[in-house]
Amino acid sequence: MFASHLSPKLFTDEVESSPSRNGYGTGLLEAGKRNPQVVALAADLTESTRTHLFAEEFPERFVQVGIAEQNLASVASGMAAMGKIPFIASYAMFSPGRSWEQVRTTIAYNESNVKIIGAHAGVSVGPDGATHQAVEDMAIMRVIPNMVVIAPADEHEARKATLAAAKYEGPVYIRLGRSATPVVTTEDSPFVIGKAELFATADSESDKKVGIITTGTLAYNSLMAVKDLEESGISASVLHVPTVKPLDKEAILQLAKDHHALVTVEEHQVAGGLGSAVSEYLSEEHPIKIIKVGVHDVFGESGEPEELIKHFGMDTPAIVDAARRSLM
Amino acid sequence: MHYLTTQDVTRLELKANEIRQSIIEMLAEAKSGHTAGPLDMADIFTLLYFGVMQHDPNNPDWEDRDRLILSNGHICPVLYATLAHAGYFPIEELMTLRKFGSRLQGHPHRTVLPGIETSSGPLGSGLSQAIGMAIADRMDNPYTSKFIYCLTGDGELNEGQIWEAMLLAGKERLHNLIMIVDRNGIQIDGYTKDVMPLESLKDKFEAFNFDVQEVDGHNIRAVNDAIGKAQAVYSQPSVIIAHTIPSRGVDVFERDFRWHGNPPGKGPEDRVAKDKQEEVALEKLRTLAGLIRKEDAS
Repeated sequence: MFASHLSPKLFTDEVESSPSRNGYGTGLLEAGKRNPQVVALAADLTESTRTHLFAEEFPERFVQVGIAEQNLASVASGMAAMGKIPFIASYAMFSPGRSWEQVRTTIAYNESNVKIIGAHAGVSVGPDGATHQAVEDMAIMRVIPNMVVIAPADEHEARKATLAAAKYEGPVYIRLGRSATPVVTTEDSPFVIGKAELFATADSESDKKVGIITTGTLAYNSLMAVKDLEESGISASVLHVPTVKPLDKEAILQLAKDHHALVTVEEHQVAGGLGSAVSEYLSEEHPIKIIKVGVHDVFGESGEPEELIKHFGMDTPAIVDAARRSLM
Repeated sequence: MHYLTTQDVTRLELKANEIRQSIIEMLAEAKSGHTAGPLDMADIFTLLYFGVMQHDPNNPDWEDRDRLILSNGHICPVLYATLAHAGYFPIEELMTLRKFGSRLQGHPHRTVLPGIETSSGPLGSGLSQAIGMAIADRMDNPYTSKFIYCLTGDGELNEGQIWEAMLLAGKERLHNLIMIVDRNGIQIDGYTKDVMPLESLKDKFEAFNFDVQEVDGHNIRAVNDAIGKAQAVYSQPSVIIAHTIPSRGVDVFERDFRWHGNPPGKGPEDRVAKDKQEEVALEKLRTLAGLIRKEDAS
C-alpha cells in the first residue's frame, strides 16, 4: 500500500522528472522573501546550484566569493555571527569536500547558523566522472557534532528542506542531485527535519516482509522495487529517511520490528552513509539482517546517469535482488 | 581615531606588562601552550581592549561592539589574559588554562567563554570570518562605524585560504576590516624566512588591494596612529604589519623560535634553566628588565 500523498503519476509513464537542485532554487528564493536575514553565497556555480534565482531577486544579499570553497564556508560563518542566515552552495565534492575542516571548526564547533548545500552529489552527476561525483559527503558530514544531514527525494522535498533549514537554528547540510530524477512526492507531502516517512507499507499478514530504508533520489527506485517484489511473493515497505542525521530512530526501530529483514538504499558509499547509520543504531537496539545498496568502496566514472546507477548496483533490479537476498 | 596622552601610553605599557605576567603564570601552571606569540602581541591586545575598541565587558554580546577575530588561536593566552584584565571574567580563572572542565580551552572556543568571537586554532580561517562579519555589517548599515579587527600570525599566511580571503576583501573594498599581522618572523619549524619566505609582504598585500602600513608592534603610540589611519581609509581593507619581537618583555626568551610552542618550564635551556624559567621571566617583567629595583617592584 502506497502513501496517499505521493505523486499520482508515480506508476505511470507520465511521471514527471526534474533535478532536486531546482527545489533548492525555488525554496531559497521563497525563504529570502520570508526572512530578510537570509543571504546566499556562491563559489562560481551560481546558476548550476540554482542560486541565481535568489541572486537576481536580492543582489544586495548575495555574495560571490569566486572559486574558493574554504573561504566560502568561513565567510558564511562570519556572516552568521552577525545574525545572517547564510546558504552556501557549490558541488558536494568541493563543499563540503574541500572545506571539511572549515565546516567543522568555523561552522559546526562555532554552532554557526550556516546552511551548506552540496549539489551534484552521487554518481548520477554523469559524464563529468569520478572527480565530480561525491559519494562520501554524507559520511564526512554525519560525523560532525551539531550537523543536520538531509538528502531530499526530489524537487518538492528539496524546496521544503530548504525552507525548513532556514527556520532551523544551527548548521544543516543538504545534498542534491544534478540530473533529472522522477518526482516522487507532491506539494502536500509532509516534510519535517528528523522525521522519516512511510512511502509504502507491507502486508502485515505476509510471511516474507522486507523493510526498504531509502534516502535521496533513489526513493523512486525503491518504490518501483516494491511492485516487482510483490510478483515474487515478497511484501515490502519503503521508509524514506530524508534526514540521515538526526536519524528517526523510532520509525526505524518500528520498521525493524515489523519486518523480517531490511535493505538500505542510498547513492553514496555504503560505508558511512545511511546504511551505516541504520546499522549502527539497530545493532544495539534490534539486531537484524541489513543488506546495503549503494556504492561499494569504488570511485564513480563517466557515463549517463541511468547507466551509472545500473552499473553501480542501485537500480530497481538491484534493490529487488538485495531484498531477496535479505530473506535468505 | 583615539588620541593618547603621554600618561595614556604609560598606563597602557604598564597594563601590557601586567598582562605579560599573567601569560607567564598561566602557561607555567598549564605546563603546555605557546609563549612567544602571546608575549609579543601583549602591547597590541592591551591597546585594542584598553584604548581603541568599542566593547563592554559587562555586556559581551552588545550588538554595536567592535569585533576582534583571533585567527591564530594558539596565542590565546594573550587574549584570555587581556579579557580577564578588562573584566570579562575573574583573573584567577586564568590559572585553569588548558585544564579539564575549563572555559579556557587550549584553543579558544566561542560558545563557552564571554568575549570570544570565534573558535579558532586551525590556521588561516579567521580572515574569512572577519570578512563575513564586515560584509554582513555593511549590508545592515552602509555607514557603519563598527570595525572588525582580524589578528593573524605571519606563519599563518602560508595557508591558501588566507589568499582566497584577501582576494575577496579587496574585491569587496571592506573599509570596516582592519587586519593586523603579528610579524614576529617565527613559526614552529623555524624562522619564517626559512620555512616559507613571505617578503615582500607589503607588496603582496598591496597587489590584493589592501592599504598597507608597517609599524613597530611594541610602540603603542605608533600602532594607535596606524589604527587611526586604517580607520580613515574608506575604499579599501587595511592591514597593519606589526613587526614584533618573539617573547617580547622577557629578554632571555626573545627572538628564539623554540619559544613558539613551549611554556616556561619547558623552553630551551641555553639562557635559563627550565626550573628557573617562570621565576626569571616574572622577575624580568616586574622589574621592567632591571629598570626598577627588585625591592621596588610590586
